[in-house]
Amino acid sequence: MDIIGLSARQMQEKLMDKELSARDIVEAHLERIEGIEPELNAFITVTREEALRDADDLDRKIRDGERLGALAGIPVGIKDNIITSGIKTTCGSKMLEDFIPPYEATVIERIKEEDGIVLGKTNLDEFAIGSLTDTSYFGATKNPVDLNRTPGGSSGGSAAAVQAQEVAVTLGSDTGGSIRQPASYCGVVGIKPTYGLVSRYGLVAVANSLDQIGVFGRDVSDSALILGTIAGHDRRDSTSMDMESIDYLDDLDEDIKGMRIGLPREYFDIDMNDGIRDRVMEAVGIFESLGAKVDEVSLPNTKWALATYYVLAASEISSNLSRFDGVRYGYRAAEYESLDELYMNTRTEAFGREVKRRIMAGTYFLSREHAEEYYRKALQLRTLIRDDFDRVFEEYDIIISPTTPNLPFERGAENDPLIMAESDTFTVPVNLAGNCAISIPCGDVEGLPAGLQIIGDRFKERRILKAGYAFERYLSTGGGR
Amino acid sequence: MRYKTIIGLEIHVELMTKTKIFCGCVNEFGGEVNTHCCPVCLGLPGAMPVLNRSVVEYAIKAGLALNCRISDRSRMDRKNYFYPDLVKGFQISQDDIPLCDGGYLELELEQGVKKIRLMRIHIEEDTGKSIHTEDESSLLDYNRAGVPLIEIVTEPDMNTPEEAYLFLEKLRSTLKYIGVSDCKMEEGSLRCDVNINVMDTETGQRTNITELKNLNSFRAAVRAMEYEEKRHIELLKGEGDTERETRRWDEVEGKTVVMREKAGTADYRFASESDILPIGIEDAWIDEIGKDLPELPHAKKKRFIREYDLPEYDAGVLTQSRELANFYEETVELAKDPKQVSNWVMGDVLRRLNDEGLDVEDLKFGPKDLADLIGLIDEDKISNNIGKKVLRDMFETGKEPGQIVEEKGLIQISDEDELRKVVEKVLSENEQSVIDYRNGRDRALGFMVGQVMKATRGKANPQMVNEMIRNIIEE
Repeated sequence: MDIIGLSARQMQEKLMDKELSARDIVEAHLERIEGIEPELNAFITVTREEALRDADDLDRKIRDGERLGALAGIPVGIKDNIITSGIKTTCGSKMLEDFIPPYEATVIERIKEEDGIVLGKTNLDEFAIGSLTDTSYFGATKNPVDLNRTPGGSSGGSAAAVQAQEVAVTLGSDTGGSIRQPASYCGVVGIKPTYGLVSRYGLVAVANSLDQIGVFGRDVSDSALILGTIAGHDRRDSTSMDMESIDYLDDLDEDIKGMRIGLPREYFDIDMNDGIRDRVMEAVGIFESLGAKVDEVSLPNTKWALATYYVLAASEISSNLSRFDGVRYGYRAAEYESLDELYMNTRTEAFGREVKRRIMAGTYFLSREHAEEYYRKALQLRTLIRDDFDRVFEEYDIIISPTTPNLPFERGAENDPLIMAESDTFTVPVNLAGNCAISIPCGDVEGLPAGLQIIGDRFKERRILKAGYAFERYLSTGGGR
Repeated sequence: MRYKTIIGLEIHVELMTKTKIFCGCVNEFGGEVNTHCCPVCLGLPGAMPVLNRSVVEYAIKAGLALNCRISDRSRMDRKNYFYPDLVKGFQISQDDIPLCDGGYLELELEQGVKKIRLMRIHIEEDTGKSIHTEDESSLLDYNRAGVPLIEIVTEPDMNTPEEAYLFLEKLRSTLKYIGVSDCKMEEGSLRCDVNINVMDTETGQRTNITELKNLNSFRAAVRAMEYEEKRHIELLKGEGDTERETRRWDEVEGKTVVMREKAGTADYRFASESDILPIGIEDAWIDEIGKDLPELPHAKKKRFIREYDLPEYDAGVLTQSRELANFYEETVELAKDPKQVSNWVMGDVLRRLNDEGLDVEDLKFGPKDLADLIGLIDEDKISNNIGKKVLRDMFETGKEPGQIVEEKGLIQISDEDELRKVVEKVLSENEQSVIDYRNGRDRALGFMVGQVMKATRGKANPQMVNEMIRNIIEE
């Protein structure tokens, strides 16, 4: 049986029917990892022993007829900026090369409670800062679709691992597009939930007013399944909200007739790959054929989004990464003569170039002299950008757009940072507004995957999942039903 | 006065909530190093702060007691700086929207009441402690990291070290009264920094402000201020002003030493702490907290003067702590004469407590025992002096006064026949004194009474003895 070719939900069915044991599932995936990792490098740490032990425990539970969790038997990969108790959590940095946390992130507790099996920690840009997964201290990850391309980032390892069938689903984090952009580049589904839907307790903060843990899956159902298990209030994260119901699967297949869809005018004024534009316009046609009503809408402050994002993210990064000072844990410089040197040498030696660039920029943006023109101004613009979305969502259920304006970058090319930043144009505003969004494969361009982004109002995950599911089903059935 | 001193204070006070400000760790002084810690207060990557509601409540309580305006909406911010005792590289504090602003305390000075205005009160987390060892390494104890603090900033309204001292005393008694802090400077639960400079009122010239740190007691604070006051006046005279700087008080040398120059130029790069939602404070909550607020020292003092007809001095002493005031009031309820109770509490009770460095809570006996003791004296069962002896016994053993009196046979001799025997014996042994007294030397009477007391081991009723001797001699 092609175990790794199954979706998470299919694996689960076969597990329940006793066609497969949890050990079968885990071994098949470990074998896949062993085979492809030398080439792909999607994982920093593979937790082989723990995974096999968990699989055997689960098989025993099945034999004993115990109640099983919602993720029973599903192999899961975790982005390596999410804290795992007793398992190295590196953030892709030399700074935390050997850091073994003494506590567990809330999302990991929930996955384990639901009998999901963690197979390892996936690669990322150092501290989740970047969009190529090439600044990791543990080497770059490749795109399984085309090994000469980058998988995108920063959650490139998590996107690639799902595409390469190393695991069924993964967790990532999204601060400005770090889930949706690699999902688009790797041809998988990625969800950035509403800020506050999923507890961030145990997510190593990058820009904590923008960060959100989210998921990858090969289709909408798999993604909805794992999202449902990690969502919900956590008393250790006071920004997390309690939702009435987080079972996203129960009404996934409702039809979307009458759904009101906005197509933001400003997103199409931007330089964009023609193929991607075509795929998105085709998607518009598909939604209309499914009975949705699509109108052009305006998000007038889109033009400020990238600069606003850059200032806020860098400011928060400079503060959040201050704790890595070599005093208590992580890397410490071997040589220093004074306290200041301990700090400077440690941070100079253990942080990579891009991380330092953001720290320095953020320090500048927050400085007494410049905070007014950068940090405080960005906070004001953020409100305007949020208001844009709120206005549109008064009349529309969802907004659709391309996930990125371009195809996955070639590896090793000298990429202009500004062009790199532009690849975040459509994703960044969603983080600034705190909305939810999903990226779904919407066809190929030049043999590479393109992604459709569906944006929803805050805590309206059901709508984007429903729309995504209808769209995905349309594509997979070739338009027929 | 040509030179005018200008003093403002910044006071950090640890709040006595059960748990720390952002996590469930116990908030307790001491403890084995690094045992009151968790991922949150250690600032481990990924850990998130959750604001303790009691901290907000305690701070509001302090704000109300200090006449502040309570903000209906407040927020936490990050103050970014590096130091090993600071686990996250930033302190979660409050920048431009503190929980309380304005406010004042009134000082009663000889020249009248002076209002010292407060700028603000905000909440924040305490840092860990660095311990510097003799071999020049530094050890870190994070038990204190995340202990809740309020920072109280005054306007520069104090003009003498004495005024600053009175302000600190009043602030301490107020905060202890309302039970938000124990305000123990020696344990660091109250810490005070001083901003001081001096103005030449003739020329209008002012020295740059000096910030004083490392003030480990109110006394040290006063001495440091006195030192600085002189130093600044010398600077004005010598036209050699120093830069704005931070100085440390050296207790041993009795002088201040420069810590760093250009204080106040540190850039803390304040940013909002978005892991904690904005704090909304409803009027109903403030009212509720206000209702539970105990009577404040000043109000209590006024009531004592009115209700117990006490001199202002007595009322001031008795209301210096809530426990002492309660002890007094409970005793008065059982005894008759409020002034008499005041004399006992302020005199023998307080003196002994002060001598031993104890608080009224440490007493082995209660208000009822003291009232009983006073009752024994009122009923002439024991003399005032014997009473003092009994009280000393009560301090040590905690026994009831009646029991002590009985066990030691201290009941006063008021039987006239019995006394007369002793008196006659004393007079016959001291003929010279009898003659002296007849010749108008009144002191001789005291001597003879003393001899009678001595012979009865203090048990004689001194008034009766006095009268008896006079009667016998003058017969």
